[in-house]
Amino acid sequence: MLQLAVYNLLSPIVLSFVLGLGASLARSDLSIPEAAAKAMSIYLLFAIGFKGGVAVADHGLEARLVATVLAGVVLSFALPLLAFALLRGMSRLSVVDAAAVAGHYGSISIVTFVAGTSVLESAGLTSEGYLVAVAAAMEAPAILSALWLIARGGGVRQMDGDLWREILLNGSIVLLLGAFAIGAITGSEGLARVEAFLVSPFQGVLCLFLLDMGLIAGRGLREGARVLDRGAVLFGVLMPVLGASAGAMAALPLGLSTGGTMLLMTLSASASYIAVPAAMRVAVPEANPSVYLTLSLAITFPFNLTLGLPLYLAAAQWLTTG
Amino acid sequence: MQTHKAKRVEITIEKVMETRLTDALTRAGVTGWSILPVRGGSGRSGAWSREGQISRGTGMVQVVCIVRPERLDPLLEAAFAVVERHIGVVCITDCEVLRAERF
Repeated sequence: MLQLAVYNLLSPIVLSFVLGLGASLARSDLSIPEAAAKAMSIYLLFAIGFKGGVAVADHGLEARLVATVLAGVVLSFALPLLAFALLRGMSRLSVVDAAAVAGHYGSISIVTFVAGTSVLESAGLTSEGYLVAVAAAMEAPAILSALWLIARGGGVRQMDGDLWREILLNGSIVLLLGAFAIGAITGSEGLARVEAFLVSPFQGVLCLFLLDMGLIAGRGLREGARVLDRGAVLFGVLMPVLGASAGAMAALPLGLSTGGTMLLMTLSASASYIAVPAAMRVAVPEANPSVYLTLSLAITFPFNLTLGLPLYLAAAQWLTTG
Repeated sequence: MQTHKAKRVEITIEKVMETRLTDALTRAGVTGWSILPVRGGSGRSGAWSREGQISRGTGMVQVVCIVRPERLDPLLEAAFAVVERHIGVVCITDCEVLRAERF
């Protein structure tokens, strides 16, 4: 486990993140242009979706795919309830802020998922390709749980049709599922045609993207840390471990491989910082964005990237191979 | 040169509300506006910058409309219904335009 953690900490992707984080905390003027960051995120989503689709094409559709997607949806609905109870007990956050934060922890961070696949590849492991579809399925249900928690606390919230469309058809989901479909249709033959673009440069692009994420996380820590009390910060590192445990409990009865178990744990451990914040700004403008963005981006994301991923891999190996 | 009196309305609002606002303006009969990105600023929630805004839920835009004075009230009612619960600033100034028929 320690060896795995050290190996992960000294990997190019984590060191790139640390570089960005350090530069930002030291107030360097290093920055990645907004358009470049957007292009890299499109590349990463397309590549990871495509490769997932190819894996499904190679191994064929199986009933476990549907069961795993359903398990992901249930996790996404349920994890905010656990997060909300923890936050109300551990921090001084209001009902609205706690519910908004809870919604983020039921949804997922696709970058953490991508980093998880990279850790798996480094360990020489593979996973079920359809975990990409599970990732897409886990984005939205948590938002409903958060809104239900707020409504239950007396703050009635309505979801208009536009918000539904924005949540279910947000660019990340469309790109991920679209690339997954292209990969599943074209299979290995299709991948061979685009391999030079989608496979070889992947790690390098991920390094640059994580450099940017480090810069963003550093800014979040500098500007948002004052809005979090000690209990909320503790929640930011405790909740991913509890989420990963819930993911493991769902993965075992499904019979997922070691890689699949690790990735479902990673999805359950990660917190959204793209889709859910947008939904919360529209539906719950009273919730403080500094609280949920700082927690998910500046506390949980770095924790998962540095310590969480090797921990989840070690746990998945122990659980699936004994 | 002949000029005509008009009202210039600047609505600075969260980016996630942009489409909702422009849809409301359309329904209120406003036929034209410009949308400008806001690079950063400072307000009651503190300073912020567009740099490094990874979430679609953050960031601001400014919607600028120029209308005939008699069209101002419907515009403001439509805008207020959208911005009421959200961060934003609505600012109205008198201005003059050259071609009144376009507004």
